[in-house]
Amino acid sequence: MKILEFAVQRLSKAILVVIGVVILNFLLIHMAPGDPASVLAGEAGSGDAKFIEQLRAQFGLDQPLYWQLWTYLKGVLTGDLGYSYRNQVPVTTLILERLPATLLLTGCAFIFSLVLGIVLGVLAAYRRGSITDSAVMTGALVFYATPLFWVALMAVLVFSIHLDWLPPFDMETIGADMTGWERVLDIAHHLILPTVTLGLFFTAIYTRLTRASMLEVMGLDFVKTARAKGVPKARIIRRHVLRNAILPIFTFASMQAGQLVGGAVLTETVFSWPGIGRLMFDALMQRDYPVLLGVFLVTAIVVVIVNLVTDLLYRVVDPRIEAAG
Amino acid sequence: MSFFLRFARNYGALLGLGILLLVVAVAALAPLLFPVSPWQSVGDPFLAPSEDPSYPLGTDMLGRDIAAGLAYGARVSLLVGVVSTAVAVVIGVTLGALAGFYGGRTDDLLMRFTEFFQTIPAFAMAVVLVAIFSPNIVSITLAIAVVSWPPVARLVRAEFLSLRSREFVQAAIVVGQTGPRIILTQILPNAISPIIVTASLMVATAILTESSLSFLGLGDRNMMSWGFMIGAARTMLREAWWMSVFPGVAILLTVLAINLIGEGLNDAMNPHLRGRKG
Repeated sequence: MKILEFAVQRLSKAILVVIGVVILNFLLIHMAPGDPASVLAGEAGSGDAKFIEQLRAQFGLDQPLYWQLWTYLKGVLTGDLGYSYRNQVPVTTLILERLPATLLLTGCAFIFSLVLGIVLGVLAAYRRGSITDSAVMTGALVFYATPLFWVALMAVLVFSIHLDWLPPFDMETIGADMTGWERVLDIAHHLILPTVTLGLFFTAIYTRLTRASMLEVMGLDFVKTARAKGVPKARIIRRHVLRNAILPIFTFASMQAGQLVGGAVLTETVFSWPGIGRLMFDALMQRDYPVLLGVFLVTAIVVVIVNLVTDLLYRVVDPRIEAAG
Repeated sequence: MSFFLRFARNYGALLGLGILLLVVAVAALAPLLFPVSPWQSVGDPFLAPSEDPSYPLGTDMLGRDIAAGLAYGARVSLLVGVVSTAVAVVIGVTLGALAGFYGGRTDDLLMRFTEFFQTIPAFAMAVVLVAIFSPNIVSITLAIAVVSWPPVARLVRAEFLSLRSREFVQAAIVVGQTGPRIILTQILPNAISPIIVTASLMVATAILTESSLSFLGLGDRNMMSWGFMIGAARTMLREAWWMSVFPGVAILLTVLAINLIGEGLNDAMNPHLRGRKG
């Protein structure tokens, strides 16, 4: 019962945050110098004032700002995100077309980095002070300092150009027309490089965090008790330490959800991955504001949902935490 | 043991300091080392590293010297890293101090604001800010500052919350010192060491963000930067690996050096935490 109450309370807060994000982005984008109508008209090869006026009327840009905001918010609440200035397609359609690719990429990268990070962190803490520990921590330090897009390029250089093991771009083989498992395997093959390059930076963070958290718990009294009782070391690590050390890692990981999306903009650009990161970047470059706003809205919703789910899971995993957070 | 001795016992931090001093020196001496602008074609295009001894790191598709690009790029990276962090620290410390010291409504309001900012993906936000206000060194620096202050605000707030109830602060209140004066002269000096550590790590992140922005083509068009060089080299990956490898190594080394220094500072300023880090 309590958990339900908590969920409702958090959900309403989350909705407020999302609406706030929409308003902020809307105002920000309309502060931008340069009128999308004149950019479009210029590209169509016409600087004619009448044509620009007509475009502005068509997009509703001739209305006062508060009215545009109101219309947009009303649209958002009914699931209508407007039309793309460029392709005259509803923004919702564009985003829904691209969203699965991004969710696949960021989801895989998230799981990859979390699993690898926790395994390496536990290993480093378990063999504290050994060569394994130093090797893992040096690796983490290096990848924490490496720009994501550069790792991506170097991976393409080595694994695609020199070794020819993995495809350097796109999500599937163009024109191959594969179906069923064949297609799944093809996408998986294309997924490896983007996932690993996006995930490595976060792996480095989780490794450091896991090791620090493990070491902190390992110094607590109940671990000493377990050791004094003669519980085997591997079992202490697994059952006593890891269970207590893992909570802060999950919290931190959920807070990183948004950063993962930011990283996806870079990864998708390098690997020509057809996701919303690239959609956002293209929309920004072409001053296609409804698309840009839509992508921001969807990203904010995804981030808020991830945080919400973690918060709820947190309370399921650790009943000591009061539901009235 | 003095602070400097503790810092110097950490070999990683010393190594970081060495690398950073080298980068700073190259950045400062760039016009002397490479009198010709890094945008200027100086040799044949696509010279591989060692092919011509006067261009040890090779040239790009327009015959521009990669080494000169690296030297001038160091200036942009360091400048943006330091200035944007300074701005972010000022914003974060101000909001965090107000929230932590005054508590209540002020705290609630400011922390909601901070949380709200943390919901927006930082990098995507920086991309939009830079693109909207046209890419130049000022908009890049400010955009990075705008997306990186929230952790500082949270940290400072937590420090202020715990310090506010200490006796020396109570004493200052009893003596009749004003709020701003207590914040600036009593609490802030006691909270300074975690702020310095965080700020040093933020410089590293800011350099990474700047390079990512200019990689996407959102850099200052008048200044050579490492991210821009890698972005321009992207399509030449097959023909000229050196065009993208060297700037990347430069970013990696600089950021690594700053992180090492940050960790060294952390260990030296909080000696009681050393045992924990092993």
